[in-house]
Amino acid sequence: MTLKILIVDDSRLARMSVIRALSRLRPDFTYIEAGHPDEAITLMKGQGAQAAIVDFNMPGRDGLALTSELRAIDPDIPVAVLSANAQQEIISRTQQLGATFLTKPLTEPALDAFLIEAATRQRK
Amino acid sequence: MPARTSLPLSDLELDALTELVNIGVSRAATSLRDMVGKQVTLSVPRIDLLSCVEAARTISEKEGNALVGVHQSFEGDLTGRALLIFPEANSLELVRAVTGGDLPLEDIVSLEQEALAETGNIILNNCLSTIANMLNRSFKISLPQIVHGTGATIFDLSGCEEGKDAVLFLYIDFNVMERDIRGYITMLMDLPALTSLQKLLQEFIRRTTGEQSGA
Repeated sequence: MTLKILIVDDSRLARMSVIRALSRLRPDFTYIEAGHPDEAITLMKGQGAQAAIVDFNMPGRDGLALTSELRAIDPDIPVAVLSANAQQEIISRTQQLGATFLTKPLTEPALDAFLIEAATRQRK
Repeated sequence: MPARTSLPLSDLELDALTELVNIGVSRAATSLRDMVGKQVTLSVPRIDLLSCVEAARTISEKEGNALVGVHQSFEGDLTGRALLIFPEANSLELVRAVTGGDLPLEDIVSLEQEALAETGNIILNNCLSTIANMLNRSFKISLPQIVHGTGATIFDLSGCEEGKDAVLFLYIDFNVMERDIRGYITMLMDLPALTSLQKLLQEFIRRTTGEQSGA
């Protein structure tokens, strides 16, 4: 099963890094990318995606606020929040939203685990 | 805000630098959170090429002139200075937060210098070592020094003149929730260091993006 992944990060380099790992792990997956939460919402409403990987620290609003907005559009979308800011409060708020916390810099095994989970959830 | 185009770095190099600093400071905030037991919020990093006078003024304008800084310099493949800066009025509150809050005031006062140096050391080392690791380089990091005074004193910019001595000035502000503690993490690099920085950023971009660096 191939998925379309929404990648949201204000850093272009960070998006390139996620795309590189994604292309190595799941060459058959497709992706759409957004450099701002507003753009992510537009893409989600327009093209849609089956999973999202969102940065935490972004201008405007953080990745947790964006996760809630994505969930308002698709309540079941698997979301990973990506950050080097691994404070307990942020991790537990991520978990309360039913999202996965991934540490920056992103490693392929961590991304792989999220993609397996996302594919499993989308199959249900 | 000074024009970003004045930086001799490409958009992608600037993006890479911002992301490195963001990751470094986020790690540092995580260790500060563990020390004070409260969530630490961070702003999005700001990077400007400023004259040294403007850099000092940026901090003083926001916070007035009574500041405390923990200063550490780094050298090696990259040379510069990193500072943890906060208003003098927050100093004892920070010491109280990192020591657990049960100590009497006289103990807190007597511990102030040592606690500030240690806190700064942990935060700045965490930030710098994260950046060094991501660049596949190592920096030699000096021992922490505590400086009290104005923005100019803290940046040790006594010899700097208006319009001269451009520095790459990076800063992020942080707040400790439920405590009256806020401050800045800043890094300063002189222009000659920018050439080395640019090379390291280019290598970092190539490693991060693999084959698609031209994309």
